[in-house]
Amino acid sequence: MSAPTTESAPRTQKPVEIIESATVRLAGDSGDGMQLIGSQLTNTSALAGNDVATFPDYPAEIRAPRGTRAGVSGFQVQFASEEIFTPGDQLDALVVMNPAALITNIGDLKRGGVLVVNSDAFEEKDLRTADLKSNPLDDPTIVGQFRVVRVAMTELTRKSVEPTGISVKLADRCKNFFAMGLVFWLYGRELDSTVRFIRSKFGGKPEIAQANEMALRAGWNYGETTEAFISQFQVDSAKLIPGTYTTLMGNQALAWGLLAASRRSGKELFLGSYPITPASDILHELSRFKNFGVRTFQAEDEIAAIGSAIGAAFGGAMATTTSSGPGIALKGEAIGLAVMLELPLIVVNVQRGGPSTGLPTKTEQADLFQAVFGRNGECPMPVIACRSPADCFDAAVESWRIAAEFMTPVMLLSDGYVANGAEPWRIPKIDDLPQIPITHPTEPNEGDRFLPYLRDAKLARPWALPGTPGLQHRIGGLEKQDRTGAVSYDPENHQRMIEIRARKIANIANHIPLQEVQGPSKGPLLVLSWGGTYGACATAVARCRRAGRDVAHAHLRYLNPFPRNLEEILKAYDRILIPEINAGQLRFMIRGTYLVDAVGFSKMTGKPFTIGEVTDAIQGQLA
Amino acid sequence: MTNPLPVLTANDFASDQDVRWCPGCGDYSILAQMKKMLPQLGLPRERIVFISGIGCSSRFPYYLNTYGMHSIHGRAPTIATGIKCVRPDLRVFVITGDGDALSIGGNHLIHAIRRNIDLNIVLFNNRIYGLTKGQYSPTSEVGKVTKSTPMGVIDSPMNPLSVAIGCEATFVARSIDVHIKHLGEVLRRAAEHRGTSFVEVYQNCNVFNEGAWNYASDRDTKIETTLELEHGKPLIFGKNRDKGIRLNGTEPEVVPLGNGVTEDDLLFHDEKSNEPTLAYLLSRMRYPEFPEPIGVLRDIQRPTYDSLLNDQIAQARTAKGDGDLEELFHSGDTWVVA
Ligand code: SF4
Repeated sequence: MSAPTTESAPRTQKPVEIIESATVRLAGDSGDGMQLIGSQLTNTSALAGNDVATFPDYPAEIRAPRGTRAGVSGFQVQFASEEIFTPGDQLDALVVMNPAALITNIGDLKRGGVLVVNSDAFEEKDLRTADLKSNPLDDPTIVGQFRVVRVAMTELTRKSVEPTGISVKLADRCKNFFAMGLVFWLYGRELDSTVRFIRSKFGGKPEIAQANEMALRAGWNYGETTEAFISQFQVDSAKLIPGTYTTLMGNQALAWGLLAASRRSGKELFLGSYPITPASDILHELSRFKNFGVRTFQAEDEIAAIGSAIGAAFGGAMATTTSSGPGIALKGEAIGLAVMLELPLIVVNVQRGGPSTGLPTKTEQADLFQAVFGRNGECPMPVIACRSPADCFDAAVESWRIAAEFMTPVMLLSDGYVANGAEPWRIPKIDDLPQIPITHPTEPNEGDRFLPYLRDAKLARPWALPGTPGLQHRIGGLEKQDRTGAVSYDPENHQRMIEIRARKIANIANHIPLQEVQGPSKGPLLVLSWGGTYGACATAVARCRRAGRDVAHAHLRYLNPFPRNLEEILKAYDRILIPEINAGQLRFMIRGTYLVDAVGFSKMTGKPFTIGEVTDAIQGQLA
Repeated sequence: MTNPLPVLTANDFASDQDVRWCPGCGDYSILAQMKKMLPQLGLPRERIVFISGIGCSSRFPYYLNTYGMHSIHGRAPTIATGIKCVRPDLRVFVITGDGDALSIGGNHLIHAIRRNIDLNIVLFNNRIYGLTKGQYSPTSEVGKVTKSTPMGVIDSPMNPLSVAIGCEATFVARSIDVHIKHLGEVLRRAAEHRGTSFVEVYQNCNVFNEGAWNYASDRDTKIETTLELEHGKPLIFGKNRDKGIRLNGTEPEVVPLGNGVTEDDLLFHDEKSNEPTLAYLLSRMRYPEFPEPIGVLRDIQRPTYDSLLNDQIAQARTAKGDGDLEELFHSGDTWVVA
């Protein structure tokens, strides 16, 4: 059983069983490198032409004690030969590196699913650290329900890397690649791109690179030779829309979208940000793009982050600030200032479990109220939500279009699930991206005077930049006099200004696409969803319809203002079901806005909906 | 491009807004000196930006015919930072007060200063909250009876200049609202400094804290209670210039000149010293134990945040070429679906 020496991908001698999709989770200690092999499996599957969707599940603590349940890190990926929108519900295969990973994940494995365990990690002491009284591998309910494949991974990895002469400690770090090789065998995945990855990642340490590659191949060979697997699975390529694809994670797509918007509007991008989970990756990503003229500023706190962005907007840049719920709470007063100043600004909230510090590494969509209402005074701002990782790109571009066209801050909502998930993204042609024209006045706009609050047809005020001769003006947070922008305490003026600001935002409804509906345009049930629940809701509705149920689906991108045909849509159905990862915030808004008796379906476990959960909720409404 | 700048006067910097401070407020004098100083910078009005927070002093931008923003409480340094990052061509002033800068905005103040971003921060210190009608501020003295401290203030005041020096400020100065010549000169030097300049101005709030700085501003006493700093000169003060500051171990002491004590025994002012020790020691000298130093305590050069930021942008463009979206989009593994 020697490692194959050729570069070309090995081929199995065993029978091949063709399946439409597979949902696989890799789970181990946070130091076991599960995220790394998860993203390799994703990439390789995407390169093989599958549609893919991922769900990384990070432990809440940075470094929980090794082997404990709190330290378990997981990565779930679904790859399929059909179009998919979620990382899958139940697992077809689960790979666990230790007892803690087994016990915390086994509940999601399908009956009859494949359970691959590193049997070397089930000693007495390992069980104790995982808080287990007995070995789950001796538990008949586990052994009886699943196809358990015990692999002495530690031992086999050590043996496989022996020729490199590296220490046992270093050898043990290669286990994840052994596990990956085995999974790659199971699903007939090519090794090439991972070998390339290993060589470039560990390029500086040739013996480590060699060891990891050996472990990977040893894992593959183990799959080929072990009698535990009688056949290999094959997932054919999916029929996606023709084009060139790459995989993008949500935060990365959002950063790229901001960058594209900056290019398409001829504005250099400024990001003021303070590190916060799960939004920091946007800051990391944008800080790489200095040669695009992107200026990132890591501020001293959340307020300084948005303050600097407001300053950059006044100076004429494309200004953005990124955070998560607790940070957005701190930014509230400054968002109000931006509303008053009527300067363009994008505020990104990558939502996480709340309230307070809540569940930083888990997902939730419970900041909708905060986005729409969470400021003092009458303080309307547009709110847009991303529905999937790749969609973050388009949502970011659209946010800047609205901000610039209407001279307003815009709240862009993502969430932890969307931000850390990955999916294929069809690379757009640059010329097909929307152009965002922006102009700045150079002349007075009323006789020889410049009135900073004299509005255009869309009620947007002129964006006059410091440095422009003759247009010197002062703006601020005190109520503005209509047209002149001077400080005004006049009661009538205050009411008028509140109404103008509200009308400006409400009028955006006339400049966004009409709401689309999937399925019948009237009937007994409409599922109305928003944000990161798109995949689960769209798939659940499609399934129900295939099963002959009369149900339609509308997924909202625009949460403020709502699309102008939404009322008409809502009133065409007997019932409205609104599934949300919160206690019913959209439902509250829909009921309040349209007097529609919508029903809610809430989940607040820090986890996204499964398709099954939404399907059951739909069935419940139609029963 | 080559048009000579029109010669501007103080009046050119007046806006059309009525000034609304209480009659007799020290802010009027600071505004007047600022208007007189601005033409000396040789910049057109549109290249100058005033940013303020909240408080009486923060009305300042409304009264100047430049670009300006009256923002929210304590946050002016953050807004000014954003402007300066994207518009290094602008001259940016931050106008703030003791409550705005040292209390609600303390965090932003210290970080702006340590970054040495090219801002001119002018702190009007009146040792009281004026706009909210008379509560104690972070610079109010212990024991002071105010609306919110009927039995007297029990927290120790902050020393603005010491704070600035502790944050490695590159330019630190102090002046007094009614010392109009001195104030004008200090403001000019601050404006011409590259990096964060920090100026504390003793400002009289005649409505809620009348006379707080009388000892330093009074014609008759100021010569004894303040010490005008001059670079390279010994620290001498007093009506007859017969007293000086000498270092005793690590502590300053007031000594009369004569009787064997000569100028050479005194501390010499060195605003260019890279070590902040002397500047810090000066900032700690408080009336009545010492005369309070006015003028420039520190004026050194250090790269500014905005120039370093823009250098990185230029470097990245030189190294990698101007960013190309097409190339970025294809930078990961890609595959083609036919
Ligand atoms: S309250 Fe005091 S500081 Fe404020 S304007 Fe009146 S005198 Fe000046």
